[in-house]
Amino acid sequence: MAAAPLLSGCDMALLDPAGPIGAEEKSIIILATCLMLIVVLPVIAMVFLFAWRYRASNKAATFKPDWDHSSKIEMAVWGIPCVIIAVLAYVTWVSSHTLEPSRELVADKKAVEVEVVSMDWKWLFIYPELNIASVNELAFPAGTPVHFKLTSATVMNSFFIPRLGSQIYTMPGMETKLSLLADAAGDFDGLSANYSGGGFSDMHFVAHAMTDDAFAQWVEKARAGEGKLTMAKYRDLAKPSEKDPVSYYAEVEPTLYHDILNKCSDGSTCMDAAVSLAMAKEVAGGDLQLCNPAKPRG
Amino acid sequence: MFGKLTLEAIPYHEPIIMGAVAMMVLGGAALVAGITFFRLWGPLWSKWLTSVDHKNIGIMYIILALVMLLRGFADAVMMRTQQAMASTGAAGPLPPEHFDQIFTAHGVIMIFFMAMPFMVGLMNVVVPLQIGARDVAFPYLNNLSFWLTAAGALLINISLAVGEFARTGWLAYPPLSELQYSPGVGVDYYLWALQISGIGTLLAGVNMITTILKMRAPGMTLMRMPIFTWTTLCSNMLIVAAFPILTATLAMLSLDRYLGMHFFTNDGGGNAMMYVNLIWAWGHPEVYILVLPAFGIFSEVISTFSSKKLFGYTSMVYATVCITVLSFVVWLHHFFTMGAGANVNAFFGISTMIISIPTGAKIFNWLFTMYRGRVQFTVPVLWTLGFMVTFVIGGMTGVLMAVPAADFVLHNSLFLIAHFHNVIIGGVLFGYLAGFTYWFPKAFGFKLNETLGKVSFWCWLVGFYLAFMPLYALGLMGMTRRMNHVDNVVWHNYLLVAALGAAVIACGIGAFVLQILVSVLNRKALRDLTGDPWNGRTLEWATSSPPAFYNFPVDPVVTGRDAFWEQKQTTGAGLRPLPAYGKIHMPHNTGTGVILGGFIAVLGFALIWHIWWLVVAAFAAAVAVGIGHTFNENRDYYVPSETVAETEGKYFKQLTSQV
Repeated sequence: MAAAPLLSGCDMALLDPAGPIGAEEKSIIILATCLMLIVVLPVIAMVFLFAWRYRASNKAATFKPDWDHSSKIEMAVWGIPCVIIAVLAYVTWVSSHTLEPSRELVADKKAVEVEVVSMDWKWLFIYPELNIASVNELAFPAGTPVHFKLTSATVMNSFFIPRLGSQIYTMPGMETKLSLLADAAGDFDGLSANYSGGGFSDMHFVAHAMTDDAFAQWVEKARAGEGKLTMAKYRDLAKPSEKDPVSYYAEVEPTLYHDILNKCSDGSTCMDAAVSLAMAKEVAGGDLQLCNPAKPRG
Repeated sequence: MFGKLTLEAIPYHEPIIMGAVAMMVLGGAALVAGITFFRLWGPLWSKWLTSVDHKNIGIMYIILALVMLLRGFADAVMMRTQQAMASTGAAGPLPPEHFDQIFTAHGVIMIFFMAMPFMVGLMNVVVPLQIGARDVAFPYLNNLSFWLTAAGALLINISLAVGEFARTGWLAYPPLSELQYSPGVGVDYYLWALQISGIGTLLAGVNMITTILKMRAPGMTLMRMPIFTWTTLCSNMLIVAAFPILTATLAMLSLDRYLGMHFFTNDGGGNAMMYVNLIWAWGHPEVYILVLPAFGIFSEVISTFSSKKLFGYTSMVYATVCITVLSFVVWLHHFFTMGAGANVNAFFGISTMIISIPTGAKIFNWLFTMYRGRVQFTVPVLWTLGFMVTFVIGGMTGVLMAVPAADFVLHNSLFLIAHFHNVIIGGVLFGYLAGFTYWFPKAFGFKLNETLGKVSFWCWLVGFYLAFMPLYALGLMGMTRRMNHVDNVVWHNYLLVAALGAAVIACGIGAFVLQILVSVLNRKALRDLTGDPWNGRTLEWATSSPPAFYNFPVDPVVTGRDAFWEQKQTTGAGLRPLPAYGKIHMPHNTGTGVILGGFIAVLGFALIWHIWWLVVAAFAAAVAVGIGHTFNENRDYYVPSETVAETEGKYFKQLTSQV
């Protein structure tokens, strides 16, 4: 294959991971592939071998037109794949649990919390502990776990930084969780990995893993940004747009992420409030009319 | 008066679309002119459009599939061109609003209007013959099923010229496909085209199951059925179990869009995750609906051309049934990244990889069928060998993505695109093309040109590897699917190779079309006079090529597997003329299917454009035609024994002239 030399090197984001999640996923990809090659390579070889050896013109080869059963062969062709799949199933079970995206990574340093909102067609990153926000740029200290909570202000997207590992869907009215860590400082491409409409192709961002000092400086830069991300400013930001430049917000409306998640950033009843109200009514045997969980938008 | 439909709906300003539309209109006009000039409207109507003969319906399905293959492939070429040209920062020829329709249409057309009709067509031509039946169980329903599929295909093609097609991806995930984010008619075209053709497919499934279970020749027990019949049975069981899910899911999305309901909307308590689950609860069985019959074809081909019994018939049947059952418990592997949790992900991951066990057993059974056989490298065998090598690679990448932890980085990437094209082209399409070449002489009475068939195969095979191996690499580089443009020089080089691959596949399709033309021109030299050109093993080869419209003059009696082979061993040169034939009970042709299909196409168009008076009128007309048909009591007739004797006499004369 002529492309083989090109396959090596740092072009292969998934084979050149920059964090523990990506590294484990890479080793699982390699392990699973090797396990399957135990069957796949002999099969490919047998296709060529049998087809050539038993070609019609080769009258020297044995010809047994009525031979159609062999218990030994049947045992092998069912048994060997069973064993391989059993091993792979074990790997799957264990790795599904250790690499479950919502499982929080633990390290010496305290994790950074980031709330991620996919919008038409840009990414909003809110740092609740630092009370800052950025658009289309993500920064965090290297060697520190980053705990993401994710939702969408619009349609489904998928939050993905290939060199760090796992992606996760962002969905409106739903929260997913993801925990990632970068081993060392570096700039990594991030993108939406789930088609979301016209501006989808430009919905990428750079994830900067920084030294602690550089991150502190970045936070200062953000605090010098565009003032407070109020509800009104957010509604403006939420209008569909493409190729938005990176921007920073010095302060964030504290309930912003909650309101986006609960579909009430436009001032309507929040989903969680509506649900608890409805449940309270239910318990109190109240008026069933109010059981509508969210009121329709105008 | 015309609902949302105005003259603005025709995209005059898009030269690419108008060019394609002009081609379609000119092609259609040339066809109409040709039919008129050669005075073929009468025969076309009475012998084909209104036919209830399973062989003719099968051929019409396959023609539809091949036409749609060209349309879907044109979409593929545009996508490869766009990504190759727009990967170094340039915009490329196709803006997102057009590109997004193309990748949606490509998927929808290739699955629903290429693969499905191709499959149903092959089943229709072959299965009644394989089981020794005179037709399917419900001949009129068969005709109607075809016309419903054709009506859906028609709507998709109209969307090119009038309005737009969906820009949502082939499964139209909400909330993107909801009115809020897709206010145009594109998703409505999608919904009604799939609903109408989906009902056709469901009816075809009911028909085929009934045919196989109730109409087998005397002596053909289930465990004596040819493998293609077995896989057809399982595939149609899946159709009957899975297509209602699709219908219900799309109906709920339609209710959201048409009546303001909130099944999958962002607000009002809707939940898009339900749609994703439901659509894949249909979508994953659909993959097996397509590939099981292909497995059946490979089994027939490899056994016939190795002049040997199929190795491990019983385990082949059990493997097929295993796959059928398991295909319903794996759907979640299409969205491990939705955050369902480790236990759920692990369950669906493991159940997915378990499917590879029976599938692997099948591959070994084909290998050991060749073992100690006499393999002739005919075109169907080349497709089969190409399939075996290609499919195991696709299977391997599939099992890899069944590991949730691996899928977290591979999901939605071009690696995924490469994987499913690897199994759908390498498995499904190679299988159908093998079947097409294998049964062509049975359907038309002459063989296909061997050389051009081989050219086509090699172009497809090489083109496939050139087009999709770079996509595996791009997936590992982190390139995701459905990108209109990127800016990456390294990716650009891989995308250029992929585009070259598409060009080589285009040569393969060209050779295939040429093969059909050349073979038609040389049909005298390629004629199959015996009805058994390949020294076949199953009952379809016991008839003349093409078979008489009643298939079998008398019911064949089956005494074992490979029924025709056994018959040849015991009685020598196949069937013998009988001293006397009985009369044969056959169904009349009917125009109801095509008329009903036409009204339903109009109904779909009116629903798409909100032309409510036309909705009412077309619906009323369709119901009236349907009810009207129930009053038609002149549905069947008897072929007199003299006609049978005369037809069979000719065939035997032909046979003896061969010996």
